[in-house]
Amino acid sequence: MEKSTELLAEARAVQLDLQGRQVLDHVDLAVHRGEIVTLIGPNGAGKSTLARVLLGLTKVDHGSVYLRPGLRIGYMPQRLTIDPVLPLTVRRFLTLGKRCTEARMQEVLQEVGAGDLLEAPIQNTSGGELQRILLARALLRDPDLLILDEPVQGVDITGQLDLYRLISRIRDRFNCGILMVSHDLHLVMATTDRVLCLNQHVCCSGHPEDVSSDPAYLALFGSPPGLAVYTHHHNHRHNLDGHIIPATEQQGTKENTKHG
Amino acid sequence: MDDFVVRALVAGVGVAVAAGPLGAFVVWRRMAYFGDTLAHSALLGVALGFLFHANVTLAVVVVCVLLALLLVALQRQQRLASDTLLGIMSHGSLSLGLVVLAFMEGLRLDLLGYLFGDILSVTRDDIIGIYLTGLLVLAVLALIWRPLLADTVHEELARVEGVAVIPARLGFMLLLALFIAVSMKVVGILLITSLLIVPAATARHFARTPEQMALYASLSGCLAVSGGLLASLQWDLPAGPAVVLVAVMLFVVSFGCRRQN
Repeated sequence: MEKSTELLAEARAVQLDLQGRQVLDHVDLAVHRGEIVTLIGPNGAGKSTLARVLLGLTKVDHGSVYLRPGLRIGYMPQRLTIDPVLPLTVRRFLTLGKRCTEARMQEVLQEVGAGDLLEAPIQNTSGGELQRILLARALLRDPDLLILDEPVQGVDITGQLDLYRLISRIRDRFNCGILMVSHDLHLVMATTDRVLCLNQHVCCSGHPEDVSSDPAYLALFGSPPGLAVYTHHHNHRHNLDGHIIPATEQQGTKENTKHG
Repeated sequence: MDDFVVRALVAGVGVAVAAGPLGAFVVWRRMAYFGDTLAHSALLGVALGFLFHANVTLAVVVVCVLLALLLVALQRQQRLASDTLLGIMSHGSLSLGLVVLAFMEGLRLDLLGYLFGDILSVTRDDIIGIYLTGLLVLAVLALIWRPLLADTVHEELARVEGVAVIPARLGFMLLLALFIAVSMKVVGILLITSLLIVPAATARHFARTPEQMALYASLSGCLAVSGGLLASLQWDLPAGPAVVLVAVMLFVVSFGCRRQN
């Protein structure tokens, strides 16, 4: 899909230190209406932080953030755990974001494929269902811009593909811009217009196919794509602090545990 | 029934009704220890009130609010966890209160009454104070209900959606401080938190929405107060602890009911 010219949000030369550690270094990012931009990069690369900057949750040290005046943002946070001691149905959870009519709530829940969950206690929903409910809450705000932080987290591979397809459909239906955080390029490739590979600074950016063969991307993620769909699951590792192990050291790593 | 029993019942019910929704939030936000800390600092408020010949209730509210603000400020540092800070402040302020009281010569104070409550001696003025404060607590809580609930579910989501998180939190802490100051007389500062958390925990077993839980917590609190007072009269038990014990019994029964379903 061709991106329209309407600029929704932009980070310009953003720089940010957290507890003495540089998290973002001269990062530029723009999201236009109708496009899906994906931030990829290893853990600790600053993807979520960059999303938080656009959301206004984190202040930058240098640089600036532009949001189109009157911009409505729908946000899907990375992790939602609701204490079982709080009795909360899906319906009540949705209306916490924005009061809306019954019909609208039904419609949006149908849209995300969670139509029959309205009266369910939210703690009883599965990982995939919860992600869809979060998406519904964001959509109820009629967003111009959707910011999704690891939207497929806790969802099995088939479910992940379904979710990405759903997100792509939502972009078409709602004609909004979407900024997505992922640590996985291959699954999002088909549904992404532009990829930004982040590792404190922007390593490379562009069309997914270009990025996946970019030397900077390969240096960060190791092997070229195409060997197997799931190579990314064990070709980047982190030490116990969550810091990235440099690419030279990660060759020959034996850990093949499920990741993400 | 004797007048003092009626007054005790009326006062206790007033406290229990306000405790329901407040206690629900204390439980949801995992603030039981925070409530305890505020309650313990109330004794320092009592002591300072006597020391400066000020209104004791007002002094308690001021001390509780200052403590809450101090805690919020201290939580910004990362070295000590919140529960450690709470422990320090809770017992530090309780001890300081006891020491200040001990220093004031000639003051004949019913210390046990403050620690464990003295519901059978509530006056007409106490009741007026409890009901005015209770109404205020419920009204303000109704006003900040949605933002506070949204913040409890997910702070950042709430902030992105434009919820004024900080005013709601401050408001809630203020309400807690107010509640503690006026309900001190009913169950005493050592037991006050139980009136907040036990009925709320009981209510959880039957509630499907947050609002239901708040309502059921109030009802279960009223039951506990009435049952405790009756037991106290019947068997000459200390009233405050009897109320708390009935609340705990209700919780245990509700737990059993839940298991059977």
